[in-house]
Amino acid sequence: MTITDSSVDAAPVPPPIGAVGMARWAWRQLTSMRTALILLFLLALGAIPGSLIPQRGVDPVAVVEFRNRHPELASWYDKASLFEVFSSPWFSAIYLLLMVSLIGCLVPRTRVYLRAVRARPPATPRNLERLPEHRAVTLDPGADADPETALATAAAALRRRRFRVETYEGSISAERGYLRDTGNLVFHLSLVVVLVGIAVGHLYGMRGSALVVEGQGFSNTVTQYDNLRTGPRFDVDDLSPFTLTLKDFQARYEEAGNQRGAAREFEAKVTVIDAPGSPPRADGIRVNHPLNLGGSKVFLGPHGYAPAVTVRDGNGNVVFAGAVPFLPVDPVGLSSRGVVKVPDAAPTQLGFQGFFLPTAAFDLQRGPFSTFPEPRLPRLVLNVWSGDLGLDDGVPQSVYRLDTTDMTQVKESTKADAQPLTQSLAVGDTMTLPGLGSLTFDGYREWVVLQVAEDPGRTPALAGGALALAGLLASLFVRPRRVWVRARRDEAGRTVVEVAALARSEGPDLAADVDGVVEALKSSNSSGSSDSSAATAAAPKE
Amino acid sequence: MVHENLADVSDRLIYASILVYALAMLALCAEWAFSSRRFAAEAVEAVPVKALVGAGGPEVAEILPAAPPARERAEKFGRIGLSLAVLGFLLHLGGMACRGLAVDRVPWGNMYEFSSMSALAAMGVFLALTRKYDIRWLGVFVVTPVLLTLGLAVTVLYTDAQQLQPALQSYWLVIHVIAAVTSAGAFTVGAALSILYLVKEHAERTGSATLSRLPAADALDRIAYRVHAFVFPLWTFAVIAGAIWAENAWGRYWGWDPKETWAFITWVVYAAYLHARATAGWKGRRAAAVALTGFGCFLFNYFVVNLVVTGLHSYAGT
Repeated sequence: MTITDSSVDAAPVPPPIGAVGMARWAWRQLTSMRTALILLFLLALGAIPGSLIPQRGVDPVAVVEFRNRHPELASWYDKASLFEVFSSPWFSAIYLLLMVSLIGCLVPRTRVYLRAVRARPPATPRNLERLPEHRAVTLDPGADADPETALATAAAALRRRRFRVETYEGSISAERGYLRDTGNLVFHLSLVVVLVGIAVGHLYGMRGSALVVEGQGFSNTVTQYDNLRTGPRFDVDDLSPFTLTLKDFQARYEEAGNQRGAAREFEAKVTVIDAPGSPPRADGIRVNHPLNLGGSKVFLGPHGYAPAVTVRDGNGNVVFAGAVPFLPVDPVGLSSRGVVKVPDAAPTQLGFQGFFLPTAAFDLQRGPFSTFPEPRLPRLVLNVWSGDLGLDDGVPQSVYRLDTTDMTQVKESTKADAQPLTQSLAVGDTMTLPGLGSLTFDGYREWVVLQVAEDPGRTPALAGGALALAGLLASLFVRPRRVWVRARRDEAGRTVVEVAALARSEGPDLAADVDGVVEALKSSNSSGSSDSSAATAAAPKE
Repeated sequence: MVHENLADVSDRLIYASILVYALAMLALCAEWAFSSRRFAAEAVEAVPVKALVGAGGPEVAEILPAAPPARERAEKFGRIGLSLAVLGFLLHLGGMACRGLAVDRVPWGNMYEFSSMSALAAMGVFLALTRKYDIRWLGVFVVTPVLLTLGLAVTVLYTDAQQLQPALQSYWLVIHVIAAVTSAGAFTVGAALSILYLVKEHAERTGSATLSRLPAADALDRIAYRVHAFVFPLWTFAVIAGAIWAENAWGRYWGWDPKETWAFITWVVYAAYLHARATAGWKGRRAAAVALTGFGCFLFNYFVVNLVVTGLHSYAGT
């Protein structure tokens, strides 16, 4: 660096490189390998909190729980977008900078690469014996022993070894392994393709889920989803127009051993109507075997039980009849918790809450619980609340939770010290609520969550991944090297051929290439005496 | 359907392989011990000779004949160690094969099986390397982590032979996990080589005679690079295959599940290693440190994420 100001008294000022100079300097810094390395480390470091702090996109429930437990910390996390690391501005900044650095590195390298690919293998160095691998062969005098023929033989041998060969005055130059640089460029460019695929999926894709009870249908429209996330560029009118009906959900569980109750097989039997007007057809959805319906994939999600009940009110009218999905709370026995809300009951609204136990058991420690996920001894255990369900307040309510603020629990009797009414019902049983009505446990059905996803970016992303792998293999395993052959006559008029090789990357077997050429020369020069007199092989340097 | 007899045979074979590996480790350690005594002898021979000449040193005469038998003995122990390692590998292979036959599926459906398989892969990578390079000296540094892994597998991680849950019933289990298992083995060998490189490099800089039996630091660095260059595309493939499987099972190919996140971090760190090796000021010690960081990330992903952090891959624990 030079100081342009000639005045000695003046404080040293930075060189006036100007805005263009600054930009060029910044660009050079950004596209240097060192910066790329640092950005790679930052990317790795930045991903760590995303794996340790609950992420909204991965497990929203865990985020809510974390917030309740650590409200103070959560507000700090919010400021740093730590609940959504992978879409946070700082994480995006890292990978976008890395991409810019990558492209900035690729463009000049592609230019160099294209020039190198078109260039002739370089001229033969003067001192071949200085190269890491070198042999000299003296040919026996004969018809085939002039330098031109020897060079032609060597060139043919090198071409057979898939070298690109160029003839110079009295020598030939050969090079192979251009695929290494090709692979390197393809690998890095493919990463950009993968990123584009991810972006396309984000913009034009959708993901949704819906809980469907056996016997019920699902048609692929916005209103039918319990949960739907669409990309900013996704048009909901483009939802594939299929309809599904869940005929039957089948599950098989481990019967014995310490994994008793563990899931072994799930299948949802469905009837599919691909588009309005097409004939219904039977199909099945299993884990790992989604259904492909016009660009959308339908996956089998969680499953559970929906007890079917009939509720009569105090006047004896049927005010509710149907299957109500309960949510599993215990993965082993599939005990499920749920709520039946009956807003139309008279004289007061009714709410039932409790458990569905597929294979019921009871002990003093746990109370009622389930020992097996299959319905072998199904019981519905409920208690009852009467009053105002709070459904008209305008506040959205969970269908799985009872808001008991304006309700009173129904007791076993009207006595002052009566216990709250809790009853365990077998299929067909009825619980009677004096003056308020009754509930009959009619049976149960199973439900599944169907997850629907559409991702037009997955094909480009996969293609990018496959290309990246191919490029990576080429860039790591193709070993570029150069071989030179020079032939001349010595004082005695015999032809001396020198063969030498140079590695342009780590680890190619140069000796094999050189030996190959020497062998070809010897075998075409076999008219003379034994080859031991002909070859003077220099010892390999390694 | 689980064939209990075969599962039992599998367990016995694994225990037998642990015993044989332990013997192999002892033999390979003995080789080290005897060869370092030889070097000690040579050092004594080289340095004090001049000093002892004046004293008419009879001690030198005593030391010198001792060297050749030690070398022969070291060689013998080395051969025994390597043969035992091969025998252990075969028993281990048989054990895993019986496990697979016992449950009618690939034997890598839980952490016990995955750990045993990756130990097998580490031995396989090492034994394959011994066919190409003269690297018996690496043996003890591979057999030791293999023994530790197997010990952990049969004690802490042991799981009875069982069928798989629906999420794992996919041919991607074969493809994705075999790539991950082989990567685990090769990462282990690569890390052992990187550690040896760092120790040797330090010894060369300080002029100490530690690990004088090993090749020069440069050569160690090159072999470590070869192993890492082999495993990086394999790991890339494991991650891509995992993404395809995830797309097929959960409807998205990448969801930043903790397991996926750490697979990504591991990939990025090993990518940084390959870049560092080509960058002035980073090659050598720093690059080796980056490779070891990558191995640390891999181990974290396997042990901590599987056992502590909950995510979609948490079935891997049982």
